[in-house]
Amino acid sequence: MAETETALELKSVTKQFGGLMAVNDVTLRLGQGERRGILGPNGAGKTTLFHLITGVLPLTSGEVLMYGQDVSDWKTHRRVAMGMARTFQITSLFPRLSVMDNVILAVQGLRKMKMVMWRPLSSFPEVFEKTEQLLTQAGFWELKDTEVRNLSHGEQRQLEIVLALASDPKVLLLDEPSAGLATGESREMADFLKSLDPNISILIIEHDLDVIFEVASHISVLHYGELLTDGPADQIRNDPRVQEIYLGKG
Amino acid sequence: MTGSEIERRRIMIVMGVFAALALITPFLDLFLQSLVTEILVFGILAMSLDILLGFTGLASLGHAAYFGVASYASAIIMTKQSWTVTYAIFTWTDSSGLGLFYLFIIGVLVAVAFAVLFGFLAIRAKDVYFLMITLSLAMVVWGLAYRWSAVTEGDNGIIVPGRPSLFGISLEEGLPFFYFTLAVFLLCLGVIYLITRSPFGRTLVGIREREERMEMLGYNIWLHKYLAFIIAGTFSGVAGVMWTLYNLFVSPPDVELITSAEALFMVALGGPATLIGPVIGAAIIRSLQQLASIYVERWPLILGSIYIITIMLSRLYGVDGILGIANKLRSSSAAADNSEG
Ligand SMILES: Nc1ncnc2c1ncn2[C@@H]1O[C@H](COP(=O)(O)OP(=O)(O)OP(=O)(O)O)[C@@H](O)[C@H]1O
Ligand SMILES: [Mg+2]
Repeated sequence: MAETETALELKSVTKQFGGLMAVNDVTLRLGQGERRGILGPNGAGKTTLFHLITGVLPLTSGEVLMYGQDVSDWKTHRRVAMGMARTFQITSLFPRLSVMDNVILAVQGLRKMKMVMWRPLSSFPEVFEKTEQLLTQAGFWELKDTEVRNLSHGEQRQLEIVLALASDPKVLLLDEPSAGLATGESREMADFLKSLDPNISILIIEHDLDVIFEVASHISVLHYGELLTDGPADQIRNDPRVQEIYLGKG
Repeated sequence: MTGSEIERRRIMIVMGVFAALALITPFLDLFLQSLVTEILVFGILAMSLDILLGFTGLASLGHAAYFGVASYASAIIMTKQSWTVTYAIFTWTDSSGLGLFYLFIIGVLVAVAFAVLFGFLAIRAKDVYFLMITLSLAMVVWGLAYRWSAVTEGDNGIIVPGRPSLFGISLEEGLPFFYFTLAVFLLCLGVIYLITRSPFGRTLVGIREREERMEMLGYNIWLHKYLAFIIAGTFSGVAGVMWTLYNLFVSPPDVELITSAEALFMVALGGPATLIGPVIGAAIIRSLQQLASIYVERWPLILGSIYIITIMLSRLYGVDGILGIANKLRSSSAAADNSEG
C-alpha cells in the first residue's frame, strides 16, 4: 500500500512543568484519514499532548508539523485555520448562549465575515444554512433555542463535537468524547464517530475501550508522559505491557 | 413570540421613550433640562464601557481616560490661542459653522490614539490584572492633566467661553443643546447597537463566555478584544467632547478614578450587555449626584451603597442589574398570569 499523506506529525514533543515531564519525547505520525487512539492512565499526559498540538501550551522542545508545515510556533487560531479542530475533556461550550448561537460562533470561526461590524449577523444566510445543516445532522434542530446549560450532559458532549466539526476540519482531536456518558450513549457516540467523513484524520483520547477499539485502527499508548508503544489496534489489545499497566489484568 | 419580535418591540419601546423625552423636555425647568442633557452625555460614556464590560467581559477601571483626553483636547483647541495652528483652524471652522465637527474629529482622534496605545499595553492582561493596568494607565492621564499645567491649566482646569454653533444654529441655550446632545446620543446608541448585533459583536460575547473555546474555533481573540477596546475608547471620546460642550469646564477630577468607577457602576447597576441598562444606570447615578451635591463629601459613600445593593439584589435574582431584575419580575408575573388563566 502506498504511503498516505501525513496530516499531523509530532517529533520528540516534550512538555515540562517544573520538575514534571508531563509529555516526554513523543514522536507520532497521523496519516491522512487515519483514526488513531491514544490510551493511557490518568495523568499520563494525554490532554497535555493535545494542548501542545493545538498550541494552547508552548512546547518545551520538539516539533509539531501539519501537512509537512512546521507549526510549532504558531498561535492556536492559525493552526485551526489550517484545518485543526478539537473537543475538550471537560465540556467547553458557551453555557448561557442558545444551541444555535453556539454553533453560529463555530461556523463563523474561519470565515472572514466574523470581522464585519456594520451588518447584522442575520444578513449572512450562508452562516445560517451551514448552522441549520449541522444542527439537523446531529439531531439538534428541535433544541436550537435551548440555552446550552439546560442540555443534558450527553447532549453537551455531542454538541462539543458539532462545534469542532463546524469548521470542516481535516485533523480532529477528540479528548474523551464519551467522558461521563452512560454505556448506551457511549455506543451511540462510537457510531456517530464512525459515521464521520473518512477523509478526516482523527486522534482520539478515550478511557472507554469499547469506543476506542471501535473507532481507532491504530493506537498509541502513553505512560508517565512517554510513548510506551504504538501499533495496530489488535496488536495493542494483546500487548502484555498494555494489559498490565492500563487494562489492569495480567 | 419569536426572538426577533421581542427585539423589534424593545426597539419600538426605546424609540418611544426617547421621542417622549424630546417632546417633554421643553416643558421642564432649566435645572431638569440640564440634568437630562447630562444624563445623555454620561449615557454615551456608560454605553461605550458596556462594549467592554457587558459584551466582552473586560472590566476596565480606567475608562475615564479616553473620555478625559477627548474632553481636554476639545477644550484646549477651543481656548489655547498660543497654539496658533489648532486655534486658527478652530476659529476658521467655527466661523463657517463647522467648529463642532473640528472638535469631534480632534477630540475623538486623540481618544482613539490613547486607546490604541493603552489597549495594546492592557489587553493581554486578565481579570484583576486588566483592572489594575487600565487603572494605572488612566492615572497617567490624570497625572498629565494635573501636572502639565502649561497646557491643561493644572488644578484650575480649563474654562471654555462658549459652544461653537452648528451650521449657524446657536447651541448656547440649554434647549437647543439638549436636542443636539440627544441626536449625538441616539447616533451613538444606533451605531453601538449595530456593532453588537454584527458578527463581530457576537464574537465579543463568545469571548466573554469562553475564551479558550473561541481560540479553538479559530478566532484571534487578542485582535477582537483590542478592537473592542478601541471602539469603546472611541465612544468614550465622543462622550468626552460632549462633556466639554455641556460643562464648558474641564478639570482633573473629570479623568479621575471616581469618574471611571462611576461609569462601571452605571453599567453594573443598569444591567451589562443591554446598552439601555447602562443609560438607566447613568440616569440614576447622575440624578442622585445632583441631589446629593449638597453633601459632596458623602458622595462616594452613597455610590458605594447603591452598588452593594444592586449586587445583592442581582445575586438574589440571579440576574444582572436593574434591567435584569425588571425582566425577571415581569417574566415571573407573566408566568403567574398564565397559570391563573
Ligand atoms: N498546567 C499544568 N501545570 C502543572 N502541571 C500540569 C499542568 N497540566 C497538567 N499537569 C500535570 O501533567 C500531568 C499530565 O496531565 P494531563 O492532564 O495531560 O493527563 P491526562 O493523561 O489527560 O489525564 P486524564 O486521563 O486524567 O485526563 C499530570 O500529572 C498533571 O497533574
Ligand atoms: Mg486528560
